[in-house]
Amino acid sequence: MNLIRDPVFTKISKGFNITKNMEISKKGKKILFIEDESALQITFGDMLSKQGYEMIKAMDGKTGLDLAKEKTPDLILLDLILPKMDGFGVLKGLKEDEETKDIPVIILTNLENTGDVQRALELGATNYLVKANYTLTEILEKIEKILL
Amino acid sequence: MIFKKIWEQLNIKQQCRKYGLPLWQCPQFLFLIMGLIIIAIIIISYFIAIERINDLQMVTLIILFSTSILVTIDYIIVHSFERLAESTRMKMEFIGIVSHQLRSPVINLKYALELLMSEGTGEVQKGQLDYLTILKQNVDRLQELINDILVVSRIQTGVLSLKEEDFSIVDLVEKTIIEAKPVLLASNITINFKKEGNIPNIISDSFWIKQAFKNLVDNAIRYQKSKGKVDISLKRRDKNIYLAVQDSGVGIPEEDQKYIFQKFFRARNVLKKQTSGTGLGLFIVKGVIEKLGGKINFTSKENKGSTFWFSLPIKPTSKLNKLK
Repeated sequence: MNLIRDPVFTKISKGFNITKNMEISKKGKKILFIEDESALQITFGDMLSKQGYEMIKAMDGKTGLDLAKEKTPDLILLDLILPKMDGFGVLKGLKEDEETKDIPVIILTNLENTGDVQRALELGATNYLVKANYTLTEILEKIEKILL
Repeated sequence: MIFKKIWEQLNIKQQCRKYGLPLWQCPQFLFLIMGLIIIAIIIISYFIAIERINDLQMVTLIILFSTSILVTIDYIIVHSFERLAESTRMKMEFIGIVSHQLRSPVINLKYALELLMSEGTGEVQKGQLDYLTILKQNVDRLQELINDILVVSRIQTGVLSLKEEDFSIVDLVEKTIIEAKPVLLASNITINFKKEGNIPNIISDSFWIKQAFKNLVDNAIRYQKSKGKVDISLKRRDKNIYLAVQDSGVGIPEEDQKYIFQKFFRARNVLKKQTSGTGLGLFIVKGVIEKLGGKINFTSKENKGSTFWFSLPIKPTSKLNKLK
């Protein structure tokens, strides 16, 4: 228990069971969140920044793809139903570009069709999470697992 | 364009799947069969008439005239059935779309509440936490209801996607029992699991089987009086496995038994005591088990308890709509 020094971190660790030694390595890691629901942008933004990540927001597919190329994040959280360009299009664009093709992509969506899951995984998504089936804590655990 | 439309009409199998009806209940298929029978009758009576009757032309005309009237009437009947089936399908599709749209706001609520309650945005006072808990419980309930309605709409429009994977049904049962332990303890109910002989792995959809089994166990726990027990048995017979859940609960009144698998139905004796429950659970369980090529049934006595069981093929039968 002597690991806990940072008061902010102590508070969050109450809810999100993240151990102390992860704290150091996550400093400055960038996560791009491509999602058109502003409520989720706020919630995830709060959660991730408190965890020590830098979050980049994109409200539509095209902006998301452009930001991915410009900022080369360490991880991308991607919704599938998006304005301007859908998530599949973004994923394809990411995997076709030399500079972004190795960035892990977690799909975070309401679509739970087996066909959609298969398509996303074939296009190179690292993980496919259906929003209704995961809590924030569980999503955070998936992120940590990929980034560490 | 017209050819494409006619071709679509002729593709009976696809049309029937659209309505979520088996072939022998499907209007288009019935109409085709009827037409074939009528043609056969005309030909047979023509040949009989050739041998026995002198005024052949007259007889043929009468037969042709009366059959054409019959065909017209049948066409009208089948067509109205078709429209009925189509409107049901559209309603179910509409419900599917609506519940899908309802998901986003509920998920936004769920995540925001989780962040608040985990004190991710600052300390929460005890009094506030009580209210946040009320909010969370109701958001969860809403989410469950939306999920159930979505599944019902998928079952009824025939688009529920099922997987085929090799897995151990014994593990699935044991895991589900372990997950139910806290509720069992809290409700003072003991659970027994008995398996007969060697149970092989099965090829089916583990997610939906688990949902179905969990639902039966939930019901067995939920509709018990103060103290009770749940017996689970698993056995193999030929090409099927049988999984049964027996409880010592309130049972189902005899006059209610025939409605038990209908959607939104809840037995009278249960309604008196329990307010929660959507009445969708068993409808979903039956839909899923039958889609997977299995059967489901139950026996029950009021105040003595119920036994629900389902069977599943060890290997998928050809009836199962394969994915891909």
